Amino acid sequence: MTSAASALTVLIAIVAFGTLVGFLAGSRQRMDLEQWTVGGRGFGIVLVFLLMAGEIYTTFAFLGVSGWAYSRGGPVLYVLAYLSLAYTASFFILPQLWEVGRQHRLQTQPDFFNIRYGNRYLAGFVCVVGILAFIPYLQLQLDGVGIIVSVASFGHIGRVPAMTVTVGLVIAFVFANGVRAVAWVSVVKDFLMIIAAVAIGVGIPLAHFGGIGPMFVALAHAQPQHLTMPGATPNLGHSWYISTVLLTTLGFYMWPHMFSATFTAKSADTLRRNAIVMPLYTLTLALVFFAGFATVLILPHLKNGDLALLTVVSQTFPAWFLGVIGGAGALTAMVPAAILLLTGATLFAKNLYRPIFAPAMSDDAVARLARVMVILMGGISLALAIHGSSTLVSLLLTGYAMVTQCFPGVVLGLYWRRATGPGVFSGIVVGVLTAVLLMSAHLDPVLGLNAGFFALCLNFVVTVAVSLATPARAAAVVPEPT
Amino acid sequence: MRTPSVGALILGIVPFVAMCFTVPLWDRVQPLVLGLPFNLFWLILWIVLTPCCIWGAYRLESRADAPAGRGP
Repeated sequence: MTSAASALTVLIAIVAFGTLVGFLAGSRQRMDLEQWTVGGRGFGIVLVFLLMAGEIYTTFAFLGVSGWAYSRGGPVLYVLAYLSLAYTASFFILPQLWEVGRQHRLQTQPDFFNIRYGNRYLAGFVCVVGILAFIPYLQLQLDGVGIIVSVASFGHIGRVPAMTVTVGLVIAFVFANGVRAVAWVSVVKDFLMIIAAVAIGVGIPLAHFGGIGPMFVALAHAQPQHLTMPGATPNLGHSWYISTVLLTTLGFYMWPHMFSATFTAKSADTLRRNAIVMPLYTLTLALVFFAGFATVLILPHLKNGDLALLTVVSQTFPAWFLGVIGGAGALTAMVPAAILLLTGATLFAKNLYRPIFAPAMSDDAVARLARVMVILMGGISLALAIHGSSTLVSLLLTGYAMVTQCFPGVVLGLYWRRATGPGVFSGIVVGVLTAVLLMSAHLDPVLGLNAGFFALCLNFVVTVAVSLATPARAAAVVPEPT
Repeated sequence: MRTPSVGALILGIVPFVAMCFTVPLWDRVQPLVLGLPFNLFWLILWIVLTPCCIWGAYRLESRADAPAGRGP
């Protein structure tokens, strides 16, 4: 068998196994609308942990982080900081959010805005922001699969057919089982990811330098500036680091799918205990950094940094092992893609279309519309992935610049009674417009700061100012002491 | 709604200071510690220390939740 054939056989076997597990998982129960989206609110700590972890270990972590470690150097360290800090912040926000969710039977982020601010147009607008932020995020997953399959097939299979098949598979298992399928596929994928990360992070430095320590000694001697900020970039220095860490930390749970995953927890205490253990899971990410930094000296002239990890794997390990890594990577892209599609589609049907255009719609009709939207969003993201050219990390940061604009509305909504709908609405409009304008004018970073963070600061100021200038709601809905 | 206690909030701020705001102090290559550049070592160290901080905050919060006159 040729290298390409053995790598692809293993890769396809892993993806097939993962998909099969997904299909078998929930087939014994009929799913109504609520079951389909929040798994009936009965998940225990283990499943919640896996569900959350499955959403974190994206293509971004696997290919994007190693890609930036290779092409940008020091600035990529922000990734190690923001995940731990996001869990720290979650300890103070998610239990309160879960409490509101339980009291009002919330399923989604716009549900929260609707209940807290009593304004379905604000809720609809938050929906639009969430779906817009999903687009670069979905594009990132598909780009990742395209890269994986083209490297694993040694160039024999193009990105486009690989991405098309992936979208088809993802849509199929979202249709069949909803969120439980995703949880079970992520069990398979998490297991493979740990094996892959250890093999890559330890194996590559060992094979080329005799260990991780000697690898860093060599790199610190040859290119010490690559290991600190701004690394290989002209302008990603310390102020960029701080502002990017804050933007991504605060935005982490503002992603609509992370927000609704909160409501699947069994209790507020489950979420608090999750916040304690989750940072430890990010330790495996350090291994991906080792591999990315090692590649700087092994393959110094790659054009596309996102290819760095897999190219070095294909030159270090036997072909079947490239297939294992590729299979883990492909599942790693498919699990979040499924969650993004499911969440985006449900948001559109239940929180945008029904409340604003068709209040009389039945739950069954909403579920049907959601399924149509799954196909539509899959198609749109595929078209964008075929034509896009940003690095994986830039795609995610673009999404964060949008989605974090919802943070003031959530945190002030939980902790500040005086926050009003018009205040939050104006804040998000100003924040999103500022972020989009700065980034499309290539003014990112602006004044040394991450453009999305700059927009978030304006958003906060506007939200507070307009809230104080508008009348407070008579009966603000916040959880009562229990 | 009950807001988190001051002690828990302080424990929550510690990781932010260590991993984010103090970056100019620890963003350097030398000394290599356990074979890692200093900045990478520092962040990995704090990934391990962060759960300790949150666990401390968890203990403080559960004590605040317990009804008065019962429990330790």
